Order: sequence, then structure tokens, then C-alpha cells
Amino acid sequence: MKKLLLSVLVVLGFVLPLAPAAANEGGYPWDSFPRTKMTDQAALQNGARIFTNYCLSCHSATYMRYNRLHDIGLSDDQIRKNLLFATDKVGDTMKTTLDPRQAKDWFGAAPPDLSVIARSRAEMGKGSGADYLYTLWRTFYRDDAKPTGWNNLAFPDIAMPHALWQLQGERRAKFVEVKDEHDPSRKTHRFVGFEQITPGALDERQYDEAVGDLVAYLQWMGEPAQGTRVRIGVGVLVFLGLLVLITWRLSSAYWRTVH
Amino acid sequence: MAEMQTAPAGAGAGRRLLTWVDNRFPLTKLYNEHMAQYYAPKNFNVWYVFGSLAMLVLVMQILTGIFLTMHYKPDAAKAFESVEYIMRDVPWGWLVRYMHSTGASAFFIVVYLHMFRGLIYGSYRKPRELVWLFGCAIFLCLMAEAFMGYLLPWGQMSYWGAQVIVNLFSAVPFIGPDLSLLIRGDYVVGDATLNRFFSFHVIAVPLVLLGLVAAHIIALHEVGSNNPDGVEIKDAKDARGNPVDGIPFHPYYTVHDIYAVSVFLFIFSLVLFFAPEGGGYFLEFNNFIEANPLKTPPHIAPVWYFTPYYSMLRATTDLMVNILAIILAIAAALAILRGGFRAPAKIAIAVAAIVAVFLLKAFDAKFWGVVVMGAAVLILFVLPWLDRSPVKSIRYRPGWHKYIYAVFVFFFLVLGYLGSQPPSTGGNVVSQIGTLVYFGFFLLMPWWSRLGTFKPVPNRVTFQSH
Repeated sequence: MKKLLLSVLVVLGFVLPLAPAAANEGGYPWDSFPRTKMTDQAALQNGARIFTNYCLSCHSATYMRYNRLHDIGLSDDQIRKNLLFATDKVGDTMKTTLDPRQAKDWFGAAPPDLSVIARSRAEMGKGSGADYLYTLWRTFYRDDAKPTGWNNLAFPDIAMPHALWQLQGERRAKFVEVKDEHDPSRKTHRFVGFEQITPGALDERQYDEAVGDLVAYLQWMGEPAQGTRVRIGVGVLVFLGLLVLITWRLSSAYWRTVH
Repeated sequence: MAEMQTAPAGAGAGRRLLTWVDNRFPLTKLYNEHMAQYYAPKNFNVWYVFGSLAMLVLVMQILTGIFLTMHYKPDAAKAFESVEYIMRDVPWGWLVRYMHSTGASAFFIVVYLHMFRGLIYGSYRKPRELVWLFGCAIFLCLMAEAFMGYLLPWGQMSYWGAQVIVNLFSAVPFIGPDLSLLIRGDYVVGDATLNRFFSFHVIAVPLVLLGLVAAHIIALHEVGSNNPDGVEIKDAKDARGNPVDGIPFHPYYTVHDIYAVSVFLFIFSLVLFFAPEGGGYFLEFNNFIEANPLKTPPHIAPVWYFTPYYSMLRATTDLMVNILAIILAIAAALAILRGGFRAPAKIAIAVAAIVAVFLLKAFDAKFWGVVVMGAAVLILFVLPWLDRSPVKSIRYRPGWHKYIYAVFVFFFLVLGYLGSQPPSTGGNVVSQIGTLVYFGFFLLMPWWSRLGTFKPVPNRVTFQSH
């Protein structure tokens, strides 16, 4: 067995340098989403509020029922009063009134359904879908070259305008021209920072908090059972841990007499 | 017909019922033959738990599959939605679905380990060739089952993975386009494809799989299990005719396997409850986007358990076909010059080689890629006749044989990794080397497996009591 392992290591030394460099797709690196928000009900509820107020007018979440919000501590009454459109019932799924065909005319692409958006946007080697969304919502900037007047670092040429601009205010992105690392004859833009043009309703720290809440909600909505899953998982592991112990002793007891 | 037995006087109701059944069905006989009086070698090590674990996962997949089928809708317009419905609205649906999706990966992990065990201890050698052949057929069925099951969630990766793989069949000369049309039931992957894959995944393949598993076990219990020493325990029997180094499967290996099952379930639950996506390997992130026939994802990768073979497919470029043609020509030349054949046989080899090289160049490299991918699995079937080593187990082979196995395993893993990555020039060279290593391992086995100094094989198994 030692020889087997040793030879694997030796061959590894020969072949690894040939393997392609870690598949980093490049692009703007993602910030890490503050995961502690996932266990903070107030944050999740605030996220749900931001989601229904700002996102749901264009995006749907067709697999998500309003009354599933019970899981993050909201009652039917609270849902009805604060989050529902007048015509919806509490057992309905989160639909949007935006006609997808019109949306395609206006934005060039129909806004995607957001039920499982946080799960679908993860990338190996880059981060989770929540990391991506957390970065996306903090890297919008004014760009007059775009039809909507907005652009984004995490999603260049994004079709969606900055839906939370009233909260964040307007920002410009500062770029400097630098020589291309791989080809010195060419120049590339490098992002160096944002510059606030007009102030928003929230300061930077408050805005980051709000976006964190929104992303926590999106992450939760991607799999509403995730809290239950982890909680049950702990119990299951405790049980199985004991079972391993008992079955190990049982097996030993039988095998002790085998010579 | 056997004599009617009567229960001893004063026997309890249970005993009388058993006698009644035994007079009509060989219940006690079967139980004894397969459990209580099935003698297994007592020197099994940890490698011998994966067969039982594969059975456990099979049962789990069938049971969870039954419940998923109750809520799943095999309809292109509803499939994706129905999976999310199971994940959200069906009570405990998320658990059943994750058990099934994690179970698919677990199945391949235990089956790959089970096969590797057979490989290193020579479990496929005489008289266990049929055990191995049934096993290979199970592996083939499992791949079909997994491939068709993966279409059902109807996500982007389901859709485009199926599109890519079914399109491969169109590379078969002459009948290819019709063949792929037959598989799809349409000109692109669509509702018809989903329905037939559902049918195969839920009924056809599982039926075959169960039949093969039964055959695998019946054949195994007929010839008896191999063991890490590769010694036949039937060669040394006690006065009652039982193998001295054998031990009844029940209770000794049942308690042993229950212990293994607990450990397995512990690890399985770690993934199931805390990382059901398996870092994007068990549930691919892109598969959380509903299938869109108009939008090809930038990078299509099959699920991890297919990636070694997918790598071999991608490695088969025009250059690779040329290399294969050269290797074939050299092999033929060696056979003619050094093989010691008679003149007519030499001519036959030369003609066959020329025809083969001509065919290699006549068809598209894509077709040969498909052939290579298929051959990589099918070559396992002939393993019992490729291995010519005088001993079964790796324990008594020359030390350097271990390096050969290590290199083989290493390249299999590298091929698996590269198959999950986007294509790259460096990666492609490595997968070409890997493909050659993979096939070289098997095709050169008749020669290398005989080389070196073999250690003496003991008459009895080596066993230290616990």
C-alpha cells in the first residue's frame, strides 16, 4: 500500500505541471457573502421585503410559495399586509406581472426566474451563488455607453438596470490603462475603484447590509428546506455515530472467537 | 419431488409454518446456501465491503425512485418544475430527492472501488470469469441508468449533456443519423426523448439490472468468493467438508457488513445533509437552470462518474488516430517478425493491419472517439483472458506490478478530472497520454502480467485473529 501511494505521488510530480492551470474563468473576483446572515431571521425577513419590493416587479419566483415564508418567521397576516400584491393569495407562488415578451423588447432578455438563482450561479473555483449575487449587487456603475445607462463588474454588459440605485446612489467606475500581462503591445483597462456621483438613501455600510439581507433571502429561497436539512443532519449523524460504535463492537464480539 | 417433511412433535407454530413452506419452496435451503452455510474466506479486508454497499445503494435508489416517480412529471414543460415541487412542496421530498441524487454518485464510488478490489486481487480469474462478466454488464447497465436518469431533472446540463452524448451515435458510419434519431425520438432532444428516457430509467434498465445482480450473486455463491491472498479456500476442507479457512457468511459477515453499512451511511449523510451538491460534482450548478434548447452553455461536462471516458473521447483527435495507426502498424510488424506465426497467418495479420489502418483514416476521428469511449468500458469484459500472471493476488506479484496499477489508477483519476474541465491544449495532451496508458494497461497485460519474480503463494490464507 505504501508503494502504491508513493508511486502515485511520484507520477503526480511528473504530470501536474502539464495539467491546465486551475480553471479560473477570470473576470472580476467575487467577494464572500456574510454567511452568518443565513441564521439571522431578521436579516432573512428584511431580505424578503427588499425582494418583494424591488425584484418581484420584473422577476418571478414561480416555485416559491408566499406561505413558505412561515419558515423564516413570518405569519400569514404579515405576509398579506406587507408582501402580497392585492390580488394574490397567501398560498400562491411568487409570480410577476411583467409580460416576458415586453420584457424582451425592453431589456433584450426576459428577466430569469429567481427561485433557484442562488444555486445556479455558483462556479467551481470562484465561489457560491450567494457570493456572486452579493458581488453583483455591489458592483453596479453608471455607463452611458449602455442602453440602460448601467453596467456591472461581476456581470459585464448586464441587461438589467440598477434596481437598487435609490438605495446605493449613482457611482462611476474608475479604470486605468495598463499594459496587458501577456501581450505588452496591447493595453487593457484595470478597475481601480468606484466614485460616488449622487448619494443614495443608504450609506455604504448600510447598503452592504441591505444587499447581504437580500442575498441571504435569495440563498434561502433557492432551497427553503436547507435549515431543516442541516438541523436533521446533525441528529442523523449523532445517531449514525452511535450506530457505528455499536455495530463495531458487535462485529468485534463475533470475530473475537475466530482464529 | 422431495419427501414431505413433518415438524417434530410439540414444535411451535413458527417451526410448523417453516416446515409447511419448506415442503413447497426451498426457503431454508436457500437461506443456508446463501447465508448460514455459505462459507466465505475469513481473511476479507476492508476492500470486501463494497459489494454489500453497492446492494444497499441499489435498494435505496429503487425505494427513493419509487417515491420520486409518484411526484415527478416526465413532460418537457413540467419536469423541471416538478423537481422543484418535490424539493419544496412534497413532505420530505427534498430528503428523498437528495438521497437519490447523492445515491447515484455513491453508487459509482462503491462500484468503482468494488471493481478495483476485483482488479488487484484477481477476483476475475478462473473460475470466477462469469462473476466478473455479470459485474461488467451491471456496470454497463448502471451507466445507461445514470445517463438516462440525469436527463430527467431537465436542467441545462441534463439537456445539453444528453444532446452531446446522443449526437455521438450519429458519428457511427452509415446508420448513425438514423440511430441517433431513434434514440432521441426527435431531431433534437425534446419531450419524446424525456419520455423514453424516463421509461428506460424507471422500468427497463432497473429490471435488467436486478436480473444481472441476481446472476452476479448466484454465480459468486456457486464458485465461492476470492480473497486477498487469491487462495482457493475449497482446497483445504475439514472433516465435515467445510473449508477450514471459510466462515459462515451469517452471522460473521452480516455483522461485519452492518458495521460497514453504518460507516458508509455516516459518510453518505455527511454529503446528503451538509453538501448535497457535492461541490458541483454531484449536482451541477448549471442544472438549476431549466433546459433551454436555444441557449448552449459555454462549458458542457458530464457528471463526474463519466468524465474519465469523456476525456478519452475528447482525446481522440486526428493526431491521436494517427498515433493509433502507427501503434497498430508496429504491433502488426512485431507480430509478423517475432510472433512465430506461419506464412498464411503472417499474411492475414498484414492484411488485417492494412485494412485497420485504412479504416482508421477512412472515418472521422469523432467516430473513433466514440469507439475508444465504448472500448474503454467493453475492454473490462475480456480482462479474465488478458491476465496471464501465475498468481491471482497482487500480494504475491512482483513488487513493481504495484507501480503499474498505481499509474493506471492515477491516470484514470487524471482523465476524470480533465473530463470535468473545459478543453485545453495541455489537458488534451495529458488525456491522450492517459488514454494510451489506460488501453496499454489492458492490451499489454498478457505480456507484463507474466514478467518478474513472483512470490510463493501460501497453501492457506493469511489471517490474524482480531
